[in-house]
Amino acid sequence: MCLAIPAQIVEFPESSKAVAVAEVSGVRRRVNVDLLRGTGLAVGDWVLLHVGFAMSRISEEQAREQMEILLMLGESEPALDELRGYNFAEA
Amino acid sequence: MKYVDEYRDPKLIASVAHEIARTIDPKRLYRIMEVCGGHTHAIYRYGLADVLPKNIEFVHGPGCPVCVLPTGRVDDGLTIAEHPNVILACFGDMMRVPGTKGTPLEYKARGADIRMVYSPLDALRLAKENPQKHVCFFAIGFETTAPSTALTILQAKAENVRNFSIFCNHVVVIPPMRAIVDAPEMQIDAFIGPGHVSAVIGS
Repeated sequence: MCLAIPAQIVEFPESSKAVAVAEVSGVRRRVNVDLLRGTGLAVGDWVLLHVGFAMSRISEEQAREQMEILLMLGESEPALDELRGYNFAEA
Repeated sequence: MKYVDEYRDPKLIASVAHEIARTIDPKRLYRIMEVCGGHTHAIYRYGLADVLPKNIEFVHGPGCPVCVLPTGRVDDGLTIAEHPNVILACFGDMMRVPGTKGTPLEYKARGADIRMVYSPLDALRLAKENPQKHVCFFAIGFETTAPSTALTILQAKAENVRNFSIFCNHVVVIPPMRAIVDAPEMQIDAFIGPGHVSAVIGS
């Protein structure tokens, strides 16, 4: 729960504007992007994920830096586990 | 965890402590507030206060939602989980937090239906998959996590999911920090911020 995970938006499934597919280190999961509604979020943008939601937009540089910090602290695997744990949109 | 040995290397720590002692003004007192209880725990567990110069003092801050959660709140959550028709969903962080009558993990081992989720939306999904049960989400977190709980409530309403509720334990961290900074007797020189909340709110 105490993790913010940098991820890249790779797809918007047609069915929902509130849901996007985000990717971190090759792991893809559907996440909720409703909190960034009206910000013009597009494929290729980077976001900070937290408990299944994209919380804020970040630059690619910030994303890379945060991923490096997660790696350095040995938290990159827990971050990916958390990402894999989001199952709400997989039904 | 990677780099644990490096972080706990006494030689490295001694050289960093020496560098800190060399840099600071020995004639003044430095007061640093650690906001998160996890920081307090780490500082004392590893004796960091003893390694640093005597004129650097740690002051304990307001704490994070999990570590300052009153035991009564954990007990209330466990009481909810005692109902035979209830599924209590909570974040992994909560599973080992003790109340006066045990932890969620212990209750789960005793047969209570407690599920670990990574997102409040997963708790909502549990409710949709188990219409014969009532699903209660143990909502906890700073202002970083509260919006996700709010959106989940809106989604439950929009989808007319009637067997879903929230046990709200959200707290905010900015007002207590502002109160500390604004206090006339304020003598804090620096904060060690809660890293994640700082990352999300951008300051």
